[in-house]
Amino acid sequence: MATEQQPRREWSRPTAFYNHYVKWAVYVAITVFLLWSAWNMRISPDRILAGWDAAVGLVQGMVPPELTTQFKNDLLIEGLVESVAMSVIATIVGVILSIPVAFMAAENIAPKPVYWTGRGIITGSRALHELIIAIIAVKAVGIGALAGVIALSYKTIGFFAKLLAEEIEDIDTGQMEAVEATGAGRVQTMLFGVIPQVMPRMVGLSIYRWDINIRHSTIVGIVGAGGIGGTLLNSFDQYDYDFFLTIILAIIAIVMVGELISTYVRGRIQ
Amino acid sequence: MLSVTDLQKTYPSGDEALKGVSLDVTGNETVAMIGPSGAGKSTFIRCVNRLTEPTGGSVELDGLEITGLSGKELRNARRDMGMIFQEYNLIERLTVMENVLSGRLGYVSTWDAFRRKFVGDDIARAYEVLERVGLEDHENNRADELSGGQRQRVGIARAILQRPKILLVDEPTSSLDPETSRAVMDLLTEIAAEDDIPVLINIHEVDLAEEYAERIVGLRDGQKVFEGVPDELDETARGQIYRGEEIPEGAGPTGKVTAEVGGSGESSTEEGNIRRT
Repeated sequence: MATEQQPRREWSRPTAFYNHYVKWAVYVAITVFLLWSAWNMRISPDRILAGWDAAVGLVQGMVPPELTTQFKNDLLIEGLVESVAMSVIATIVGVILSIPVAFMAAENIAPKPVYWTGRGIITGSRALHELIIAIIAVKAVGIGALAGVIALSYKTIGFFAKLLAEEIEDIDTGQMEAVEATGAGRVQTMLFGVIPQVMPRMVGLSIYRWDINIRHSTIVGIVGAGGIGGTLLNSFDQYDYDFFLTIILAIIAIVMVGELISTYVRGRIQ
Repeated sequence: MLSVTDLQKTYPSGDEALKGVSLDVTGNETVAMIGPSGAGKSTFIRCVNRLTEPTGGSVELDGLEITGLSGKELRNARRDMGMIFQEYNLIERLTVMENVLSGRLGYVSTWDAFRRKFVGDDIARAYEVLERVGLEDHENNRADELSGGQRQRVGIARAILQRPKILLVDEPTSSLDPETSRAVMDLLTEIAAEDDIPVLINIHEVDLAEEYAERIVGLRDGQKVFEGVPDELDETARGQIYRGEEIPEGAGPTGKVTAEVGGSGESSTEEGNIRRT
């Protein structure tokens, strides 16, 4: 029979690399790089052991969290309130500034030069970390919450305008055309033909960004831009580890509350 | 009166959607445009109010040349042309009332539009028009809560509220079932007759065109291949429009433009145009 004379057919899974030799060469290269990195950073068992002891000491120093000193509690409340206030103001300011940028950066409604300007603003806002902006803002307007609000608002533009612009690009253009066909002006067409379509997304994104801004408002204080972050850094620098833990727990609680509100509101508007 | 002469549209891709179509809509007549998909029916209607930019020819509404307008002048011209769409194109998330009132946007300031502040007369008329299309008590419903037939009624109400000089209707029944289609067509032609508005309508269903239109225009491959009263639309004419069949030599009046229809003097010269193309 013809079938018996045929050699047994082999199959192996095709590789994403050019061939199996290249594949193994890549694996070896990755392993060598990992080992070199570890050696380069002088990670040794001794250091891990010594570090472990220090870490245990630190955690023992933190427990139990300190809640008794009236002065520190006031400091904590003040910092948290400032952080939350900063996040709210920065979200409102940022969203108001973002909306025109989002319309500029939507390819389907903006002319090309406007589109590239809008995209440029978004990229500029996304390129830098909020701590870098906060450092600059502290230099510019001095230590305090204003610098933090500036840093968070600036970052909000990149986030909000980018996502809203993408939403605007996905709208049903028929609704927009129908409004245009009645003789409505440019802004009127946006008001009736576009904004109602992206409204749920705008509300959802604002809440989501507020949630992010709460978290970020707790960190910008480290460079002097207001909020709980400054208090956090001070307590750590003064080896006041149990107060440090109190602050950490309070931040976690605030962020969790923010997230609950955010989940609830976004669930309602779907 | 709408007077379109030698309208051409070539898309950037090189597609010739319209190869010089002329058409007059006068008085308060209903003109139906039929033809296979891709014949250029929608492009024609959209070129009239410049949702699509024509590449040649002229569109005149009551003596005003539309093709050269821009900015404020174009918007003012669009206020005089009510458009009704195949997919209704209502603003889904707004109320029926807001949708109807959006027909007045050309007349209110942007700030008033933002505050949804329309003059009392507009609101009174909106209620009246909603009643005429049979949607009284639905003014606070959101558009996306309505059925297809109801939505198209809102579309009609929006167009009527513009007090247009002409209604441009693009496949109004393609998304509806046959029963609802008839109801919508009844309503549309009734209102147009009451308000003395001429209607230019694109339609797939030939039987609806024959039933409701006073004049039928056949489009094929971006060219006008038939124009006449519904009775003239016989098998030969259908063949021409839908299958691209040649006009047999010495055939009857089919395929010819009848000068009597619509009472427009220009029809006779259009006959010559068709013969040449």
